[in-house]
Amino acid sequence: MSPTMRKSNIFILITCFNLALLLLLAAHARLGKQNAEVPQAVCAGIVKELQLTDLCLFTEARYTRHPSMADFHAPFQDHPGALDHFPSGSLVSPPRFSHEGL
Amino acid sequence: MSGLLARHRNIIDFALSSLLRRKAKNISLLAVYTLIVIIIASCMLFINALKQEAAAVLKDAPDMVVQKMVAGRHDLMPVSRGEVIGGITGVRGVTARLWGYYYDAVTRANYTLTVSDGGQPAPGSIYIGSAIARLTGFSQGDLMPLRTYKGESKLLQVVRVLPAEAEIVSADLIVLSEKDFRELFNFPAGFATDLAVSAGNPLELATIAAKIVHQFPDTRPIMKSEMLRTYDSIFDWRGGMIVVMFAVAVLAFIIFAWDKASGLSAEERREIGILKSIGWETADVLLLKFWEGAIISLTAFLCGATVAYCHVFFFSASLFEHALKGWAVLYPQFRLAPSINAYQLTILFFLTVVPYTAATIIPSWRSATVDPDSSMR
Repeated sequence: MSPTMRKSNIFILITCFNLALLLLLAAHARLGKQNAEVPQAVCAGIVKELQLTDLCLFTEARYTRHPSMADFHAPFQDHPGALDHFPSGSLVSPPRFSHEGL
Repeated sequence: MSGLLARHRNIIDFALSSLLRRKAKNISLLAVYTLIVIIIASCMLFINALKQEAAAVLKDAPDMVVQKMVAGRHDLMPVSRGEVIGGITGVRGVTARLWGYYYDAVTRANYTLTVSDGGQPAPGSIYIGSAIARLTGFSQGDLMPLRTYKGESKLLQVVRVLPAEAEIVSADLIVLSEKDFRELFNFPAGFATDLAVSAGNPLELATIAAKIVHQFPDTRPIMKSEMLRTYDSIFDWRGGMIVVMFAVAVLAFIIFAWDKASGLSAEERREIGILKSIGWETADVLLLKFWEGAIISLTAFLCGATVAYCHVFFFSASLFEHALKGWAVLYPQFRLAPSINAYQLTILFFLTVVPYTAATIIPSWRSATVDPDSSMR
């Protein structure tokens, strides 16, 4: 870099570089999405074969392992007024079921 | 046009010189600002990618699952009810699902035990998830002991380790035969965990659910749309930790903006006074302050968004891992399908760049409109 280069030119260059990087990442995302189709198809195949209902994200409690199958009160099941004591319980909000009105 | 460009470039030159005069302060400001953008952007990218993954992976989940409830808790479902439900118009098929949880006292991990509808694996054999294989060290051909309800050890041969690329759905799974499942838990014959119902026309699912509840008021039907929606609501921005993370980041950002908006330092006020006394217009001063804010915020935004993308999609959101893992021993290792779009970037831009830049202009405008002499005193 020339020592006489204007500061504004340096800033514009850095910004253009950052923008180009972001555009490259957008291209990577597009490519990555196509590449992810195979593992997603493998997962979907297992879901279909084993009739699974949930993602395996939190294995510490049954209401966080299968949130779509859980009750509203599952985190507070130990006794009336019991608070949820699993950390992932703070991440998982209760499911919203349409059957409540049925 | 070239005159306008030259004016902006001159002002950027001046703004950069001004920022570099307070190098330590502005570099630390840029670092903290970038960190906040990384946190907000990582949250956004991770949540969005997880929701997309759930939608792609669970598209072939059962159309509906029917559970039996007793005293507000799940109870075993009589398989005979499946025949009645199968007779409801629109129902294409009903399958009894056998699944449950198993706590392994040795590894202190919870496994999900499930029976495949296809009759595989054969009695005495199991498939295990790759996270279990990693945790326990069992591989294909090994005998894995599971404790039965009597406390006896039952040895089952691992015939297959489920693919590692499917860990997001199968990390903690043990697939076994119906015979072994019933023997392990003393699971009564004629009962299942719940029923999976498939419908010819998905539009009829709500009607079928209403009919099931009418026929069996102690049951709870859960439709596929609700399973998918669960993952939308789990990581809803209003829910749990996500709102805490967002709140902390936004609060930090408000402190930044407040610091800027609450007034300029004496040095900055004097600088504005000098500029005005040597002939700078108020508009020029505002343009200078705009560029000072924009240089910091735009750089933080671009760097933050780039680092957040790398964090989420190249390093599997490792900063969030401990928050997501909780007390779980088994944690799936998965790579989410990368996803970034103009909508997310626009939201991030308006959340981070615009308020900061605006916050730098307002106090400067107040300072630039007063008499230069009083500004310099």
